[in-house]
Amino acid sequence: MDTIIIAVVSVTAISAVCAVILCAASKFMAVKSDERMVKIRECLPGTNCGACGFPGCDGYAAALISGGDVKTNLCAPGGAAVLEQLSGILGVDAGDPAVKTAVVRCGGGDLQQKKKMDYKGIETCMAAKQLFGGEGMCAFGCLGYGDCQAACPGGAICMENKLARVIPGLCTGCGLCVKACPNNLITVDDESIAVAVLCKNMEKGAVVRKKCSSGCIGCKKCVRECEAGAIAVENNLAVIDYEKCTGCGHCAGVCVTKSIKLLAHKDYKI
Amino acid sequence: MDFKAMIIIMMSAALVNNYVLSQFLGICPFLGVSKETKSATGMSVAVIFVMLLATAVTWPIQVFLLDRYSLGFLQIIVFILIIASLVQFVEIATKKYIPALYNSLGVFLPLITTNCAVLAAVILNIKENYTFMQSMVNALGAGLGFLLAMVIFSGIREYTENTDPPESFKGIPLTMMSAAILSLSFFGFAGVIENMFG
Repeated sequence: MDTIIIAVVSVTAISAVCAVILCAASKFMAVKSDERMVKIRECLPGTNCGACGFPGCDGYAAALISGGDVKTNLCAPGGAAVLEQLSGILGVDAGDPAVKTAVVRCGGGDLQQKKKMDYKGIETCMAAKQLFGGEGMCAFGCLGYGDCQAACPGGAICMENKLARVIPGLCTGCGLCVKACPNNLITVDDESIAVAVLCKNMEKGAVVRKKCSSGCIGCKKCVRECEAGAIAVENNLAVIDYEKCTGCGHCAGVCVTKSIKLLAHKDYKI
Repeated sequence: MDFKAMIIIMMSAALVNNYVLSQFLGICPFLGVSKETKSATGMSVAVIFVMLLATAVTWPIQVFLLDRYSLGFLQIIVFILIIASLVQFVEIATKKYIPALYNSLGVFLPLITTNCAVLAAVILNIKENYTFMQSMVNALGAGLGFLLAMVIFSGIREYTENTDPPESFKGIPLTMMSAAILSLSFFGFAGVIENMFG
């Protein structure tokens, strides 16, 4: 009988000591956590895409709370709804959501671009790129195996004739596809831009002509025709200055090879 | 206590009687947290830390309380109680005073509460009749062995992640098989320590 009493008493004593120490510890060593952190984290989408420039949604929430110059409009997937909620929690002006969309800067699919070989290897852009820069003649263009499609969390990229196309209504502008493309063809731009040069080939016009029917040949016709003076040719490639561009779309109409295209994302219907 | 005996205890805990690969203790974190070397290292450092602390606390309790009043049968329940509260306490303390360590250990610290490798280390210390210093060295060796196993295995897993195994081997089967082969290779240490120091 003595043993059981001693056993019960000692276990109780040990637990009591542990309990007291833990209680005291939690009281004296309590760390204040910001309740806004939890709220902000709840309204962020949680895809951890990194479009805001911080490591994941937790990182963005922490940066928002820490004050400083962190804006509330950086969450691309969340869009206007999240912007409003964030601004409400932090008590700042909402401002404009920076609506972004991805643009694939190549117009040379299977139909336009000539092939230099019949590629039978692993069907990813990264692998195709390793073997003499892919099967197409153009070393700058879309490789056509859809690494960007695989990287897209929202299914906003489709492959048409071995050319990646962004489905504007679905694109949140998170920029994951930008990192996936081995030829760095994809850019994330403001959704307000109306036209874009869909070519990255910096070779001379005559060389480009032989490789692809929709490549920019640097003829400068768009430069002369643009009323706003927004286009220049650099490295045999037309470049549009979106500060000056009025979005009239005239350049897309006059482009000899149709490498400048009107972007459809404004009136695109899914 | 001479230095050589200490080395033997530590080496045999780390290599010959490796807690994970030879005694099959603490398999849960071994399979669960070994996907990346970084998190595997974090987990192992936390385990070493808790093993040392737990040994330092449980050894006096065993000797001055349980042995004195012949309460040996309470050993497991008391040790679990102590390890659990200890881990909780360490978590609170690191959160307050060493936030950098708290952030890097992250979720691993609470996981250790129920890690049987820690309980095994403190119980085996008593079973082997080690002195206090010997117990501490054994706990350190056991922790280092855990770290070794975790780091090697996470390296293997990071490598196999990028390979293209047959469909039926993908995922868990491949992990299990590589764990088995790794464990087999650790049996090669048996006898090495005795011949080296004996």
